[in-house]
Amino acid sequence: MREQILAIIEKNSRIDLKELAVILGVEEIDIVNEMAAMEAEGIICGYHTLIDWEKTSIDKVTALIEVRVTPQRGQGFDSIAERIYKYPEVRAVYLISGAYDLLVILDGKNLRDISRFVTDKLSTMDYVLSTATHFILKKYKDHGTILTKKYEDAREKITP
Amino acid sequence: MRNPLSEKAVGLKPSGIRKFFDIVSEMEDAISLGVGEPDFDTPWHIRDEGIYSLEKGRTFYTSNAGLKELKIEIVNYLKRKLGVSYDYNGEVLVTVGGSEAIDIALRAMINPGEEVLIPQPSYVSYEPCAVLADAVPVIINLKAENEFRLTAQELRDAITDKTKALILPFPNNPTGAIMEREDLEAIAEVIREKDIFVISDEIYSELTYKGDHVSIVNIPGMQERTVLINGFSKSYAMTGWRLGYACGPKAILEQMTKIHQFAIMCAPTTSQYAAVEALKNGDGDVKEMREAYNQRRRYLMHAFRQMGLECFEPYGAFYVFPCIKEFGMTSEEFATRFLEEEKVAAVPGTAFGDSGEGFLRISYAYSLENLKIAIGRLEHFIKKLREEQKK
Repeated sequence: MREQILAIIEKNSRIDLKELAVILGVEEIDIVNEMAAMEAEGIICGYHTLIDWEKTSIDKVTALIEVRVTPQRGQGFDSIAERIYKYPEVRAVYLISGAYDLLVILDGKNLRDISRFVTDKLSTMDYVLSTATHFILKKYKDHGTILTKKYEDAREKITP
Repeated sequence: MRNPLSEKAVGLKPSGIRKFFDIVSEMEDAISLGVGEPDFDTPWHIRDEGIYSLEKGRTFYTSNAGLKELKIEIVNYLKRKLGVSYDYNGEVLVTVGGSEAIDIALRAMINPGEEVLIPQPSYVSYEPCAVLADAVPVIINLKAENEFRLTAQELRDAITDKTKALILPFPNNPTGAIMEREDLEAIAEVIREKDIFVISDEIYSELTYKGDHVSIVNIPGMQERTVLINGFSKSYAMTGWRLGYACGPKAILEQMTKIHQFAIMCAPTTSQYAAVEALKNGDGDVKEMREAYNQRRRYLMHAFRQMGLECFEPYGAFYVFPCIKEFGMTSEEFATRFLEEEKVAAVPGTAFGDSGEGFLRISYAYSLENLKIAIGRLEHFIKKLREEQKK
């Protein structure tokens, strides 16, 4: 049941729990319990909203920053990652295999905002060897949702 | 000038759906529960393979029976799903949708005057195809109290000395009925005893919600007297690609292939390449779509219970078939008023045979959001009708 609940709420966290129970063919109380358990276990970490900021009048810039670091003895990458993710403007931090170590996703109001963070905060940290900043120019698809096109039902209205 | 028309063609009843379609297409703001095809797009990896085949210049005819690679994948698929074996060379024919397979199976098997049994309610093309093949269609009216399954007794009662074949349309469009193993075993006994053949249309085989689909060819002694028909339209959301297939005894398939060769030449090449990809890597897509349909099915059954609308629980395809007899109207009256007053199109059960009278086909090949809007209107409509009845 967990897998089915997660598959649905990952796409629609606003679904009514009564309705979720109906479409999965189980009791509502079981859904409530299962979701509470998954929240307690940290499997469900939040219920966010997917926003296409491009369509608002609010200025927002997102950057992907590749960061190469020297891992620290006894702590590996974790403590470096922590120093970075504690900044609220940092949206995501991933440890990456390959040519660099950490991928940092950063939100800012404008380019200056981002570059200030990179030059003042990130590059000056101990153990950070180098950074490469990539600005996102256009989001086509985010969180599995295509942002650029709307679904259109092109079928005939009645078919046998 | 002489009459240019054939009496046989003129004599065919126009599809009951057609009439309804004309009304709906006039109404721009109508929403529909009337489609017989998936709402999903064909999974991208399958479409991509079709595009890729065009880029590579695979734009020629294939061999009449279909691409060897596809026939082998079909055989593997049937082995994987049903545990039955077919020889890709001679026992498999790739067709233009399941529809072509139905047509040519009848033409390959029936002599003028021989009877073909057609359980109804069922898909609209069996009866006219039988007539065009010079067969005499004999209708078996399935009953709601049997959940629209075909019983051994109904079959036995319909068989005469002239009976040649039975069309077996399960999982069923429009009722959503399925035949489980014990149902199939019961009719298989009659089929063997009376020595008739089966044309089994299993186009909805991937869409069952009560265990895996069981085919008539799974019943001992049945594979050698069955033409199994399936295709890609429903399971992989590939209706517009027009691709299906038939599998069966070499002697029958040989004649079907001959007719196909003269009438069609070969199924569309692009579609065949895409279908290879579907069978190789599409199991996950099928599972995902099946789960989505099942959720909608549960939603509808729940909504019907809430509004007190009688409906047996269907376990196949993507249709529910609620009973509207309590309102004292024919299916067509009900569907017409529902469309005019609530702007929702659903197909009257009678479009699929006389035994569909008193029922409505509601398709759940729509997103839950759309279904909710439509069901809200159905509830409103039913309330109104019940109040009218009180007066």
